[in-house]
Amino acid sequence: MNQLQQKYQDRITHTLSKYPDKRSAVMPLLYIAQEEYGWVSPEGIDQVAEICDMDATQVKSIAGFYTMYSEKPKGKYWLQVCTDLPCALRGADQFHEDLKAYLEVEEGGTTADGMFTVEHVMCLAACDKAPMLQCNFHFAENLDMDKMKVLIEQWRNEVNQQVNGSR
Amino acid sequence: MKHILFREHEVENIRELDVYVNNAGYAGLKKALGMTPDEVINTVKASGLRGRGGAGFPTGVKWSFIPKNEPVKYVAVNADESEPGTFKDRQIMENNPHQLIEGALICAYAIQAKAVYIYLRGEFWDLATQLDQCIEEARKAGYLGQNILGSTYSCEVYTHLGAGAYICGEESALLNSLEGKLGQPRVRPPFPAQKGGGLYGEPTVVNNVETLANVPFILYEGPEAFRAFGTEKSPGTKVFCVSGNVVKPGNYELPLGITFRELIYDHAGGIPDGRGIKGILPSGASGPIVPATDEVLDTPLTYEDMDKIGTVLGSASVIVLDDSIDIAWAASKMAKFFKHESCGKCTPCREGTYWIDKVLDRIITGDGAPSDVDLILNVAKNMQGVTLCALGDFAANPIIATIKHFPDEFKRYVDPALKQEKKAVAAPKRAGGAAQGRAGRGTEKTGLVPAGD
Repeated sequence: MNQLQQKYQDRITHTLSKYPDKRSAVMPLLYIAQEEYGWVSPEGIDQVAEICDMDATQVKSIAGFYTMYSEKPKGKYWLQVCTDLPCALRGADQFHEDLKAYLEVEEGGTTADGMFTVEHVMCLAACDKAPMLQCNFHFAENLDMDKMKVLIEQWRNEVNQQVNGSR
Repeated sequence: MKHILFREHEVENIRELDVYVNNAGYAGLKKALGMTPDEVINTVKASGLRGRGGAGFPTGVKWSFIPKNEPVKYVAVNADESEPGTFKDRQIMENNPHQLIEGALICAYAIQAKAVYIYLRGEFWDLATQLDQCIEEARKAGYLGQNILGSTYSCEVYTHLGAGAYICGEESALLNSLEGKLGQPRVRPPFPAQKGGGLYGEPTVVNNVETLANVPFILYEGPEAFRAFGTEKSPGTKVFCVSGNVVKPGNYELPLGITFRELIYDHAGGIPDGRGIKGILPSGASGPIVPATDEVLDTPLTYEDMDKIGTVLGSASVIVLDDSIDIAWAASKMAKFFKHESCGKCTPCREGTYWIDKVLDRIITGDGAPSDVDLILNVAKNMQGVTLCALGDFAANPIIATIKHFPDEFKRYVDPALKQEKKAVAAPKRAGGAAQGRAGRGTEKTGLVPAGD
């Protein structure tokens, strides 16, 4: 058993039980690898390949094709702002620019403290609640910069509490 | 109006199993199990229900294509909802999840499927967790799993999360993705309903969330009750997702056949600051734009009438552009979307989306030549009807239709006389950084970039 199998045994067993073919589990297992390593790292790819009876190259191609797998380490909070047409019609481009300026990052960049990565993303099916973003796959909707500053503060506190708690 | 889908408007907490069951929930499934599979298919055929994902294909007919003599068959629910401007399936699954599960099970019984896979876009992470809980509750109550409601029929229901790829809303790409492969469309035939064409090579029905959520009503209330809504060729209600420049963006479930004017002004509250409408995208980014003339505004929203004004009903994701919007900028937004989402398999789409975006960028930054407008039009026309799936056609629409209806919006960027004037006004701000194409796209990797790039 590899490291992922040991740590996430129940989830992996359950995932495999859903499909007649192990290969179908590759996408759910890549999410588990990403959760463990913070990105789809080579060690994660290798282990997923082993579990799914696939070649590591095939797994890597899956990780590269789908945008929700991160091929490099990201900040603790991965902020993806939808800037597609419906959101842009409701001020999403300006919001995206303001957010980057506030956090002092370029597109796709991560803050110096490793907390936040900001990038734009394609339509997230929340067009009536723009501006919006997803933070680590959870939606935050009907935003403006005032609300955003509160959220950022909240997320910073979450991490500080975790750090203090683990001391 | 009574809702067929958004029943949360009439019944509080319909999302909870006991509330759903107390309000005729799973009664359609119960009824179906007392009928033969053919009778169920004929009932859905009689209702005239058409696929709500965009294509509008008659649902009962689709089910009837499944061969009866094959031992293993599947249902795949398309919950990949990714078209810009579309956010209806999400509301159905959030507020009335059991109705989707019930509809999927009725479909499964009708084609005698052994399992249902609900393919949700990866971003619906929280929703999938909620749906998993609903599936468990339904299993415990005997509505799915072994010997459903004491019958001889058994069927499992599973969720499966995608991971950020618009193309997986295309049915054959969805099946590939479910099989753990790249989400790229398959060569057809064989079609998903045929042996060799579906999930794991077995005959498969792929239906949209909204389509299946209509089915319990059709079974329980009967096809005539469904036909009481809508028109002869477009029966039933439809969820209209209204976004863009409207006072009250949101989902509106209304009978098919209401007009744009009623939808936009009576339901979505009209346009902010009393402005006028310049254009309407009736089906997200993929359907041709129409100018907001009186004729268009008074056109009934049905499959047949949208055809008459040169567009499609599609998924009925109505994006409203007010009279202050720069149409060339809007076209560029859509071009960037399709460039990013092209899966890279078919050359016309992979290269075409790349070049359209590139040249359109040149146009709206003021560096374009008058011939550039014809150039993107030419590229777009060469993408139509020559790709394995509809994405190539979808990506051509925002260019062809915007230039057709709003030629001056492009001309002012490239006409030397008008350009000076335009350059003085700041070009609209676009999303930071050009969208990166998907891994494996030839244009990105092989350095096939235009001269001077």
